[in-house]
Amino acid sequence: MKRKLTWGKVLIYFCLTITALICVLPLLLVFIVSFTPESEIVRNGYSFFPKELSIEAYKMLFENGIEVIQCYLNSVFITGIGTILAVIITAMASYALANPFVKYRNQIAMYFFITMIFNGGMVPWYMICKKVGFSENYLALLIPNLIFSPFNLFLVRNYMSTIPMSLMESAKLDGANDLQVAFKIYFPLSKPILSTIGLFYGIAYWNDWWNSIMLVSEPRYYTIQYYLMKLKSELSFMRNLQSSGMVGSGFIPTESLQMATAIITIGPIILLYPFLQRYIVKGLIIGGVKG
Amino acid sequence: MRKNKRKKVTLFMDIKKNKAAYLMLVPAALYTFVFGYCTIPYMIIAFQKFNIKKGILHSKWVGLKNFEFFFKSQDAALIIRNTIKLNLLFLFFTMIVAVILATMINEIHSRYFKKIAQSTYLLPYFLSWIIVNYILYGIIGSKYGLLNYIISFFGGTKINFYNEPKYWTIILVVLKVWKELGMNMVIYLATITGFDEELYDAAAVSGATRLQMCTKITIPMLIPTIAMLSIISIGRVFYGDFGMIYALVGDNGVLYHATDVIDTYVFRTLRMIGDPSKAMAISFFQAVMGFLCVWGSNYIARKKIEEGGLF
Repeated sequence: MKRKLTWGKVLIYFCLTITALICVLPLLLVFIVSFTPESEIVRNGYSFFPKELSIEAYKMLFENGIEVIQCYLNSVFITGIGTILAVIITAMASYALANPFVKYRNQIAMYFFITMIFNGGMVPWYMICKKVGFSENYLALLIPNLIFSPFNLFLVRNYMSTIPMSLMESAKLDGANDLQVAFKIYFPLSKPILSTIGLFYGIAYWNDWWNSIMLVSEPRYYTIQYYLMKLKSELSFMRNLQSSGMVGSGFIPTESLQMATAIITIGPIILLYPFLQRYIVKGLIIGGVKG
Repeated sequence: MRKNKRKKVTLFMDIKKNKAAYLMLVPAALYTFVFGYCTIPYMIIAFQKFNIKKGILHSKWVGLKNFEFFFKSQDAALIIRNTIKLNLLFLFFTMIVAVILATMINEIHSRYFKKIAQSTYLLPYFLSWIIVNYILYGIIGSKYGLLNYIISFFGGTKINFYNEPKYWTIILVVLKVWKELGMNMVIYLATITGFDEELYDAAAVSGATRLQMCTKITIPMLIPTIAMLSIISIGRVFYGDFGMIYALVGDNGVLYHATDVIDTYVFRTLRMIGDPSKAMAISFFQAVMGFLCVWGSNYIARKKIEEGGLF
C-alpha cells in the first residue's frame, strides 16, 4: 500500500520542522556569533550570516583565560568523580531495596521517600553544609545536593526488582555473599538503567552552579557554569556603571568571547548527545514515569 | 500452625542476617539522614531570632514575629502569586505543546524524520539555565540582540527587555516550554506507542479519518498520563524554579515584579540580607503548603484515576 501525501501530512511535516528549527537555531546563533569578528557584531548585531568568520575569540579564550580553564577543569574533575560515586552509591542502595531477603526493604524505601516530599529546604541545608565543613573546598561542589537522588534510587530499584530471584538464590547457594551478588550479577545486568542514571547525574554535575553560589566564594573553586553566571552579572554591572558615566576600568570580554565560553561549556553535552538521548529515552520507558 | 512458629524478625536480626546488604545502604542512608532528616529540627529557627553563636538551642524565641514580618510586607502576596501563576502557566503550555507534538509525530511514518525530530526537541533539555541565559541575551539583548536588530530593521524602536517587566511572564513561559517540551513529548509518545493497534484498525475499518482518530482515540487515551504529570506539577506548585529564575534574572530588581518567586526571595533573604530566621519562616510556610499540595493531589489522583496515586 502506497501512502498518500495529503495536505494534512504536509501541514504536520511543516509544524514539526518549524519546531525543530526553533529548538536548534538559537544554539546555532550562539555558535555562529562565537566565530564572528567583534567589529561586525558591533556594527550589525548578532546575525546568522556573518560576512566573515574568525577564531579570534577562541584564541583569546585559550591565551588569556587561565581562570576559565581552571573553572573548566574543576567542572570536568567534579563531574567525573561525582558521577562515578553517585552511580555506585545509588546502585548499592538499590540492590538492598530490591533484595527480597532484606525483610525491612519497604520500610527503608519509606525512609528515603519521606525526605523527597518533606524537608527543611534551603536554609537548614545551607547551615548544615557549613557546619559539616562543605564550604570553600572541592567537597562542597561534590557532595551536597548531587551525589545521591532518591528519584534515581527508585528508578534503579524498580529495574532490579525485575531480575529473576533464582539468580540470586543460586549464587547464594554457591556461597556468594551480597557484595558479590551485587557487583558480579546485579550491576552488570542493570547496565541500561545504570547508564541512564549515570547520564542524569553527569548532566546534573556538569550543569550545577547551585553548590558554587551557596558554598564557595574563592574563584579557584568556581565551576564553569558559575563562572559563566558571574561573567554575565559582572558585565551588566559594568555596563550600568558606564551608562551612568562612571567608567569601569576592568577588562570587558567581547561579545564573541562570551559566546565562545558558552560554546565550550556546551561542548561535552553536544559530544555525548547521541548517548544522552538514547539512554534517557530508554531509561524513562523502562523505569516507568512513576519512578 | 506454621505461622505461629515464625518469630517476628526485628530490624536488628535482619541487619545481622544481611550484613553486606545493609552495609551497601550506608552511604545513601547517611546522606539522606544528614541532608534530609537533619534539616527538620533546624526549622524551629523560624520562631527564633537566630544567632549563629548561640545556636538553635539558645537563640532568642520570638514566636510568630518572623511570619508576621513576611505576611505584612507587600512582597508576600506578590511572590506567592508569581510562584503559583508561573507554575500553572508552565504546566499548561508545556502540556499543550507536548501533547500536540506527540500526536503529530505519531502520524509520521518516516522513521528517519521521527528520530531527527525527537533528537532536536530534546536538545534544550540538557542545557543549563545559565547557557539559556546566554542564548536569551543573544536574542533579546538591547544592544546587539537578534530580535532588536529585526525590530530596528523594520523601522521600529529597539526594546530594552531587561528594563521592562511586562514582557517577562511571556519570556519565562516561552523558555520553559522550549526547554521542557522534548522531555514531556517523549513521555507522551512512549504512552501512545503502548496503545492497542487494533483500536486504530477498527476505527479505520469504520471509515474514520486520521484526524478523527487523533481527537477520538489518541488524545482521550492520553488523559491519564496528562493527569498524572499535572498532578506531579501541582504538588510542586509552591516551589518556584530557582535555577531558572535566578539564572535568567539574577539580581535585576527592575524585573522582580514579574519574576520574583518564593525561592528567589528566600535566597535573597538568606544570602544578601543575611537573616536565616526570616528566610526560614518563608521557607517553612512553603514546605507546609508544598506538603499539603503533594498530599492533596495524590489523594485526588488515587480517587479519580486507576493506579493514579504516586504513593
